[in-house]
Amino acid sequence: MAGVQVANVSRSFGAHKALDDVSIDFADGGFYALLGPSGSGKTTLLRQIAGFDFPDSGRIAIGGESVERVPVEKRRIGMVFQNYALFPNMSVADNIAFGLSVRGEPKATIATEVQRALDLVQLGKLGGRKPHQLSGGQRQRVALARAIVTKPRVLLLDEPLGALDKALRVDMQIELKRIQREIGITTIFVTHDQEEALTMSDRIGILRDGRLVQEGPPEEIYDRPQSEFAATFLGDANIFRGDATGSGIKLPDGTTIAASTGASVPAGAKASCAVRPERIRIATGAAKPDPANANMLTGQVSKRIFAGNNSTYFVDRDGQALKVIVQNTGAERLAEGQPVVLSWSPDSTVLIAAA
Amino acid sequence: MATTRMLEGLGRFYIALLLGFLYLPIIIMAAMSFNASPFYQLPFEWTTDWYASLWQNDQLIAATWNSIEIAVITTLISTVLGSMASLALYRYEFRGKKVLQALLFPPIAIPWLITGTAMLIFFFGVGIGRGLVAILLGHVALALPYVIVVVSARLQTFAPELEEAARSLGANQWQVTMRVTLPWIMPGVIAGGLFAFAVSFDQFVVSYFLSTPGQTTLPVEIYAAIRKGFTPEINAVSTIIIVVSMALMLLTARFFKFGGEK
Repeated sequence: MAGVQVANVSRSFGAHKALDDVSIDFADGGFYALLGPSGSGKTTLLRQIAGFDFPDSGRIAIGGESVERVPVEKRRIGMVFQNYALFPNMSVADNIAFGLSVRGEPKATIATEVQRALDLVQLGKLGGRKPHQLSGGQRQRVALARAIVTKPRVLLLDEPLGALDKALRVDMQIELKRIQREIGITTIFVTHDQEEALTMSDRIGILRDGRLVQEGPPEEIYDRPQSEFAATFLGDANIFRGDATGSGIKLPDGTTIAASTGASVPAGAKASCAVRPERIRIATGAAKPDPANANMLTGQVSKRIFAGNNSTYFVDRDGQALKVIVQNTGAERLAEGQPVVLSWSPDSTVLIAAA
Repeated sequence: MATTRMLEGLGRFYIALLLGFLYLPIIIMAAMSFNASPFYQLPFEWTTDWYASLWQNDQLIAATWNSIEIAVITTLISTVLGSMASLALYRYEFRGKKVLQALLFPPIAIPWLITGTAMLIFFFGVGIGRGLVAILLGHVALALPYVIVVVSARLQTFAPELEEAARSLGANQWQVTMRVTLPWIMPGVIAGGLFAFAVSFDQFVVSYFLSTPGQTTLPVEIYAAIRKGFTPEINAVSTIIIVVSMALMLLTARFFKFGGEK
């Protein structure tokens, strides 16, 4: 086991900067998600760490050892591919045995290790099957067993759950997490699914256009996004743009929004505020000042989407559509067109410096 | 209902016609190799004399062995070289790759008569001259593009992640090729090898240009024999070759499931 350090890594393909000065520290034994839209550079970064491709500049270290020019077969990593990439000509057991066999391990050792790996992924009796005889979830487990049986220093996963249907994906998320804890391996996981990143990882790195936008524990990124992109890419957010006042922002129409978390922006500079839809209270009738929810706006319900345990209201405020999520508590539901008062706490408001 | 049945009948008739067109001449030839009359006279009179006298025809037998030998060596060389070339074209990007790939096709289209003339001039120019070595070199050159085209087509269906997965598990280039890539492209390699064998074994034009009286292949020898006067010995040797090559093809087809996965 080992941690991974990525320092100032850049990689261009022609004129396209796939990675632009990216630095991340992956601590030993952690579970990391690299999250970003397609083309953000997350897979390129994973391939640099794996050793399929070398950076133009920068340093990559695994367990303190510089590896940026070491080819993949000498890096002692384990990788699970998006399409599993199981060898179609080999049985499940031979697939798992491959890494041990190319290292020239004795047959007896291989047999024991393969069985242990099969048991770990709960496929104990399927060693004799061919990959095409397995279901998607089973292939996933074989790919995982094959990647960890060689006791790699790092486990790299390239959107490993993307090809599974929703229910199976949730099962596999739990399973993957269990196995990762059991063997305590440093795991780096590429995904474009924000929910997956939030539920599975200890830390998340958000990438955009080849740059690392923000990195930290899921709670921190969700509660204190440092950019509009991070706020809207990881979860939903209402964004207000205006001029910084020192304690919040002033919107173009003069309304002020107080913010007590986030960046400190000098008064007068351009800034924005982000508020999560579930932090906003929605009420009818006259606006009553409430010190706990000092930010207050009025608007009109333009649309309501009922989702069982909650409802999403779209509230129109001078042309800006604000999103509010209300838990289903049995309270009266608001009709479309109804005037409403929105209020929320400055503690729930994150100040973001303009990019 | 009536029209369906009629169409079905028409279809069966068409298939019968097609099979007849393909196989009837061969069947007649095979039958005549067992007929006593050298002039194809009926009634049919069973004999194996032609096979016996074939055994005495040293020239024909020598030419047959030459053909088999050259076809086998051509197959081995062009399959190995062609598969390696296909892998290189698949894996690497290099200057002039597109030009190289485009240059693979003209030799297939250029008439063998022209290729044969060119080879004859070339081999004399470099001092190889005519003979079995020249025939072998010529056949390898003719067969190589077929192998590369067939193996490359198979490689198009190969998932590059498989090689990456193997490398991530610690396999070096040789292990990746032998244990992952080669098993996948094997049906293509076998098909390419069959093509190479057929190109060489069937080859008349180029062989004719490059052979000398003592050093010749079966098709050239058969042609020479026919010019001297046709004997049913030719039917006999052709029948043997057809039976052997059909058996070979059927075995390969069965073994490698060319009809598709079951």
